[in-house]
Amino acid sequence: MDVAVTHEAKTKPAPVDYQTEPSRYKHWKLSFDGAVATLTIDVAEDGGIRPGYKLKLNSYDLGVDIELHDALQRIRFEHPEIRSVIFTSAKNRIFCSGANIYMLGLSSHAWKVNFCKFTNETRIGIEDASRNSGLKFLASCNGTTAGGGYELALACDEIILVDDRSSAVSLPELPLLGVLPGTGGLTRLTDKRKVRKDLADMFCTNQDGVRGQRAKDWGLVDEIVKPQQFAEHVKQRAGKLAELSDRPLGAKGVSLTPLEKVADEAGLHYQYADVQFNRSGRTATITVRAPESPSEQTVERALAAGANWWPLQMVRELDDAILSLRTNELELGLWVMKTAGNPDAVLAMDKFLLSHLDHWFVREVLGMMRRTFARLEVTSRSIYAIAEPGSCFSGTLLELALAADRVYMRDTEEGDSVATMTLSEMNFGPLPMVNHLSRLAARFYADAAQIERLRPQVGKKLSPREALEAGLVTAAPDDLDWEDEIRQAMESRAAQSPDALTGLEANLRFGLRETPETRIFGRLSAWQNWIFIRPNAVGPSGALKVYGTGAPVKFDWEKV
Amino acid sequence: MINYTEKIPNNVDLGRDRVLQRALEHWQPAFLGWWYDMGPTESRNYDVYLRTAVSVEPDGWAQFDYVKMPEYRWGIFLQPRDENRQVNFGAHKGQPAWQEVPGEYRSTLRRIIVTQGDTEPASVEQQKMLGLSCPSLYDLRNIFQVNVEEGRHLWAMVYLLHRHFGRDGREEAEALLARRSGDTDNPRILGAFNEPTPDWLAFYMFTFFTDRDGKFQLCALAESGFDPLARTCRFMLTEEAHHMFVGETGVSRIIQRTCEVMRENNVEDPSDVRALGVIDLPTIQKYLNFHYSVTLDLYGSDVSSNAANYFTSGLKGRFRETKLDDDHVLTDACYPVSEVVGDKIVTKNVPALTALNERLRDDYIDEISDGVGRWQRVIDQTGIPFRLTLPHKGFHRAIGNFAGHFVSPNGEVLTEEAWKSRESEWLPSEKDYKFVQSLMSGRVTEPGKFANWIAPPLRGINNKPLDFEYVRFD
Repeated sequence: MDVAVTHEAKTKPAPVDYQTEPSRYKHWKLSFDGAVATLTIDVAEDGGIRPGYKLKLNSYDLGVDIELHDALQRIRFEHPEIRSVIFTSAKNRIFCSGANIYMLGLSSHAWKVNFCKFTNETRIGIEDASRNSGLKFLASCNGTTAGGGYELALACDEIILVDDRSSAVSLPELPLLGVLPGTGGLTRLTDKRKVRKDLADMFCTNQDGVRGQRAKDWGLVDEIVKPQQFAEHVKQRAGKLAELSDRPLGAKGVSLTPLEKVADEAGLHYQYADVQFNRSGRTATITVRAPESPSEQTVERALAAGANWWPLQMVRELDDAILSLRTNELELGLWVMKTAGNPDAVLAMDKFLLSHLDHWFVREVLGMMRRTFARLEVTSRSIYAIAEPGSCFSGTLLELALAADRVYMRDTEEGDSVATMTLSEMNFGPLPMVNHLSRLAARFYADAAQIERLRPQVGKKLSPREALEAGLVTAAPDDLDWEDEIRQAMESRAAQSPDALTGLEANLRFGLRETPETRIFGRLSAWQNWIFIRPNAVGPSGALKVYGTGAPVKFDWEKV
Repeated sequence: MINYTEKIPNNVDLGRDRVLQRALEHWQPAFLGWWYDMGPTESRNYDVYLRTAVSVEPDGWAQFDYVKMPEYRWGIFLQPRDENRQVNFGAHKGQPAWQEVPGEYRSTLRRIIVTQGDTEPASVEQQKMLGLSCPSLYDLRNIFQVNVEEGRHLWAMVYLLHRHFGRDGREEAEALLARRSGDTDNPRILGAFNEPTPDWLAFYMFTFFTDRDGKFQLCALAESGFDPLARTCRFMLTEEAHHMFVGETGVSRIIQRTCEVMRENNVEDPSDVRALGVIDLPTIQKYLNFHYSVTLDLYGSDVSSNAANYFTSGLKGRFRETKLDDDHVLTDACYPVSEVVGDKIVTKNVPALTALNERLRDDYIDEISDGVGRWQRVIDQTGIPFRLTLPHKGFHRAIGNFAGHFVSPNGEVLTEEAWKSRESEWLPSEKDYKFVQSLMSGRVTEPGKFANWIAPPLRGINNKPLDFEYVRFD
């Protein structure tokens, strides 16, 4: 491995920007034909987001996936007429060969973990769109579909593989690289496609993969089609899938204009979200603001406001802030969530959103809120929420507190302005976590009695003591104790082992239920991240490290 | 509502500190309740000639007057702040001393402060009954002085809890009043503070030996990088010195009286000595053995990762840390520690950081040896051929490397049977305690009078004569 390149990968590079738009894509082409969109992957070999590797054979890195994420957002918001999406490749005889191995070999542990997290979220987002947005996805595997390429296909509703006697689907991570198919592949094989465990075992330990009829027999693909009929068949299936959709006919989309974002030494600044860095305290304070006033909402007004409509703009800003912090600010280990503004304005907005879910735009906005908030729990940062007078932990924004590891609320003396918290129906189900439970349900371990006791409190401004009593708050220090208590709570958190805290939080945040998503972020990711630091993968003779160099792999044969 | 500056002398701006006022509004009445309940028996209405600290100025720390003890003005004093003070040891060496609790060390610091604070009311509880058998008004006044100052030391630790630890600090401060020395279900934290102090010889031994452990702990904490703790402990040390004076002179006066009686009557056999109404020297040696060994346990395990962490974190230093000539980080230093191997006591070097308890214990032993030497001179001056000795460090230990071993006072490792068969030669037996208590069946309250078993002191308190009425009963 080139020493200079390795060194470069370790010095602090330019921050990653998650914002892009189709005209800037290097790796994808997004095209539309009636109700069907086609996402064509055509990775530019020299277009890596970091130096030091070539993106050969439609392999991808974070930059490729940032474009994919953006494209899916465009389809959701800008193209309500789209009802099904085809993934295919512009390269000859290769669909996608997965995450770039040289990139993985060069990357820091944190980069690998964060990359996998984002790619997982994007693939889960595809399934979320299929479940909730009326968008159906078809993987048109027109060539070799390997590793992450097959994992992308697995996220789709249907997989069609070209039957050309050479194109195979495969998960060669284990035999070839000594790691796992960690972008959900292993989980979807079993949980989604119900591939029998012995066949899955055979499949995952064979680097050549499976093709043709056997791929279909094992349930790895839905159909195999000869090259001559392939394009036509894909088109026809896409049309069929589109018929399943409930997306509107003739609706006009909402343009996702670029976010107005200022990134400076002090933090990241948007209109409704603001991030302040405290580098010596290893803390980032994220403040989310409520809409200005509880003005009367109509769908028409929402559409007219478009990307500037508060729920959408707020959540796009928050999403960008979360992704930026995760990738670019590794040492800010504690996120402090704050809110500000008029709680009634959020409650009014919640009411409007929930009573207009039959409208595609409202539905998409809610979906984006759901996906963005769900990023919080899978983030490897400690999260505190801090509620003070002037805070706005109300309805949708209360989710930010419920997502936190601890919630501190300032118990102000009566007569002064008092911190409040307010529940809305938004807290009881429309914004589930990755375990498919509402944050309230997860918090109270799905104890229906306890959750129902909170329902009569909906809309009521809970005082710190009431919020404490209701179990929404960890501690409510009063004015005299507040500053010292909060300072010490933050300092002590920021001083503890980042690794152990991540492990602790990942164990405490989800509670009872396993879903494919929690299995991906928990079981699969935890094992993968363990493998990623083991010498058998990343040691000098580890499989990931020596891949492509011709040097022999040397394993430590001792099992643990 | 309390008039704070009038009632509670302080140099912490209590009159304007609402955090502290709020905490004390609850705690101060609870403290008085504890004092009525657990303070010296029947003493409520006595007028006692006490020293009160009203400021940290040279003339302010010792104001003498008659006071009813429940009205004693327990104050809050910190040594004045040195703006340039730094953390002087450990990983943070060279950084400015902390004026606020570093969040990282909050729970550790709280534990240190609570452990220290718990000893203060404990000794008052242990000594509760002794006023009923005092050998003189002078001694009665001294034990009361010790008691109120232990109370003030409790205030000092509670101040830190209240000022710097929020709600859990307040809860810990309440708990300091709730635990009870010797109560099996609700004991004080450290073992020695649950031992009874059944008689005045035990009291003097306790103030000599165990209060000196207090001094060494305070000295180590006075080095703390957490400046409020350091400054609090520095001021406490001025008062602690008086307690040790009471202990050292108390034992010294008992020895002197015993030797005088032995000379006058020309007796040496302990039973003859006892018959003359004074405490025989072997019994004094046994008390010494007991209090010394129990106090050595207070320093904790010989090899301790806690002690290492406290030091490296900058929370608790060594005795006279800043006067020591080394790097104050101790990463590579070693320190000898003893342990029992087979029937031998051997010494091995361990990393100095882990041996900080042992080192503080050794510093303590040095100072104790000097005090015992002074007692010996009292005996020597009367020409009686008796030697008071400090037992071996490993004798009668329940904590550390010697725990579970049976070491004789001169350092032989014995079997359990062998040791037990000689226990009553080395430690006070029930019979010994009964005898000592038999001398102290009532109290001596006539000004200038002293019980038969103790010599008068050389001088009175605050230049008052020996027959001054140090305590007025009513």
